[in-house]
Amino acid sequence: MVYNKIVDRASPLNLFRQMLLIRRFEERSAEMYALGKIGGFCHLYIGEEAVAVGAMDALRPDDYVFSSYRDHGHCLARGSDPKAVMAELFGRSTGLCKGKGGSMHLIDVERRFMGGYAIVGGHLPLAAGAAFAINYRNGDQVVLCFFGEGAVPTGACHETLNLAAMWALPVLFLCENNRYGMGTPVERSVALYADVSKNAAAYGIEAGFVDGMDVLAVRDAVGKAVDQIRTSKRPYFLEASTYRFLGHSMADPSHGHYRTKSEVDEAKKRDPLLLLKTKLLDERGAAEADFKTLEQEVKKIVDEAVDFAETSPVPAVETLAEDVYSGEQGGSLGTDGPSRRPMGGPGAMDAQGGRVPGEEGGSRPAQGGRVQ
Amino acid sequence: MTLTYREALNQALREEMRRDEKVFLIGEDVAYYQGAFKVSKGFLEEFGPRRVVDTPITELGFTGLAIGAAMIGLRPVVEMMTFNFAILAMDQIVNNAAKIRYMSGGQISVPIVIRGPGSAAHQLGAQHSQSLEAWFCHVPGLMVVAPSSPRDAKGLLKTAIRESNPVIFIEAQLLYPTKGEVDEGEYLLPLGVADIKRAGTDVTLIAYSKMLSVALQAAEVLAKDGIQAEVVDPRTLRPLDLNTLAASVKKTGKAVIIEDGWPFAGLGAQIAESLYTTIFDYLDGPIVRVTARDVPMPYARNLEDAVIPDVKRVVAVVRTVLYKK
Repeated sequence: MVYNKIVDRASPLNLFRQMLLIRRFEERSAEMYALGKIGGFCHLYIGEEAVAVGAMDALRPDDYVFSSYRDHGHCLARGSDPKAVMAELFGRSTGLCKGKGGSMHLIDVERRFMGGYAIVGGHLPLAAGAAFAINYRNGDQVVLCFFGEGAVPTGACHETLNLAAMWALPVLFLCENNRYGMGTPVERSVALYADVSKNAAAYGIEAGFVDGMDVLAVRDAVGKAVDQIRTSKRPYFLEASTYRFLGHSMADPSHGHYRTKSEVDEAKKRDPLLLLKTKLLDERGAAEADFKTLEQEVKKIVDEAVDFAETSPVPAVETLAEDVYSGEQGGSLGTDGPSRRPMGGPGAMDAQGGRVPGEEGGSRPAQGGRVQ
Repeated sequence: MTLTYREALNQALREEMRRDEKVFLIGEDVAYYQGAFKVSKGFLEEFGPRRVVDTPITELGFTGLAIGAAMIGLRPVVEMMTFNFAILAMDQIVNNAAKIRYMSGGQISVPIVIRGPGSAAHQLGAQHSQSLEAWFCHVPGLMVVAPSSPRDAKGLLKTAIRESNPVIFIEAQLLYPTKGEVDEGEYLLPLGVADIKRAGTDVTLIAYSKMLSVALQAAEVLAKDGIQAEVVDPRTLRPLDLNTLAASVKKTGKAVIIEDGWPFAGLGAQIAESLYTTIFDYLDGPIVRVTARDVPMPYARNLEDAVIPDVKRVVAVVRTVLYKK
């Protein structure tokens, strides 16, 4: 396959390790939430690990990724430091976003993980915009955009699909169909629920379907889709069927009133970790001892992440007003007289500009003209 | 040189697009139609469809797309055919453009300008006659600019395009054909700096965008009665140049704020509060606001005229403020 030439693929055991890391990280997040160490809304990714891990493994480091509010798994699979992720969940200054983003807004620009967004469907146009910028610069990167089936009926999704199709934007729309938008099943939210990808077909976007519990199948499907996007410059819509084993958020019990325990138990028989482990044991000559070693490794990483978060300082209150505005304003605020620091505005701008992961290493134009 | 407000905007955009390849214009009918109000006249010819991008009628979609492009380093200028339609893009503007820098802990900037006409023209009805600047001013992370003259429009738009933060740039349909002197050659005007449009000693009139001309005309009428009004244009509504406004009111002791937005929770209420909390001791009387009437815009011309502040209303209010009959 073409993509094997571009990117080094992880071994199946390594894929298992990544999924295990997410699983154990999320289990520990649940504990920390119960202890009150993590606040707010906290949406865990347990059950869906194969989608993030398989998909990320098919990307290049210079591709871009956008995600929704259930973003811990995506962020970890993209290679973000578990310490910085856990610290962000704890609201510490050492977090990925200095404690200002939180569980639903993990952002790691160095890895081109452009963020978790928490208005359902609202990040799809952003992903299309990144793809627009790639085309504008004649780049060959691809944008991977994760969203749930709950985002499919939004206007944002349909406006984006239309634009992406018309303008041939290199986006992989990866719909993680975990069957429920909070407690509302797909049958009651998407008219074409039996084949969600038909929504993309309506715009002439090529679409596919993959078993989102099978990490190797996901990697294969995403790899092919990404290759196709890179060469054809056309978007692709991939539906990955998956299932969340826990509640919508920490506020929701694992099955609640909207689904039965037996349904959840049935789904767990196709646990993505179990499926891959069985395959590795049965077909690839792995031994139980290999998994024990992985468990130990992963436990250490998660322990360290929690320790790091615990011992990190909370953000200084003095940083509260930093990062509201960029300090590098091209000199657009007045430079002399009493108006230099207008009251009621960005009086506390930080001196640090945003790191813009553009091809030119920054977005600041050279100054021209005179400032009066 | 004398230019119309429309030509000044056209020049500003053109100069910035020539200067910086990362700047592009996107919106409904900006390319082949040359803009609903012809601000982008000649752009398609000069810059081509790659940089002058016609969109379908999808404010949410193309505004979000432009924000995404800005996140990875382009400098989009989004044209709202009118700001009434920006309501469809409010989620993108408020939840994404304004917050991404903060949520990312400063990792990502959003250098975008969202521009187009706000406020009422003539008899366009309730859905096309709104002044929504207070909505945008409410949101930390946004900057809001509303120029009143061709000179300000050009200098401020050029600066806004070079700005690293999202800028809401509100023009006015009725201002597009108005003429004014514009500096020769290239110039920039800073954001966040007010401009004293007329010096005076007796009362400060604070007005922006198309209400500035109402304030200046009112000042002329008042001058005939020996009342010298100082007229100050904030030009940038967020961040507000409170220092300049406060210095003027400190001097005159009286302030009247004129806006064509609605009164309740309006921008004038914020300006008044900012003045009260900084220079209360210097005031000789209450700060008074002249605003649109608190109704959706009616169609009938006489009713519409009754909604929007005019010279007569401003003069009457100023006379009351000065305790003159």
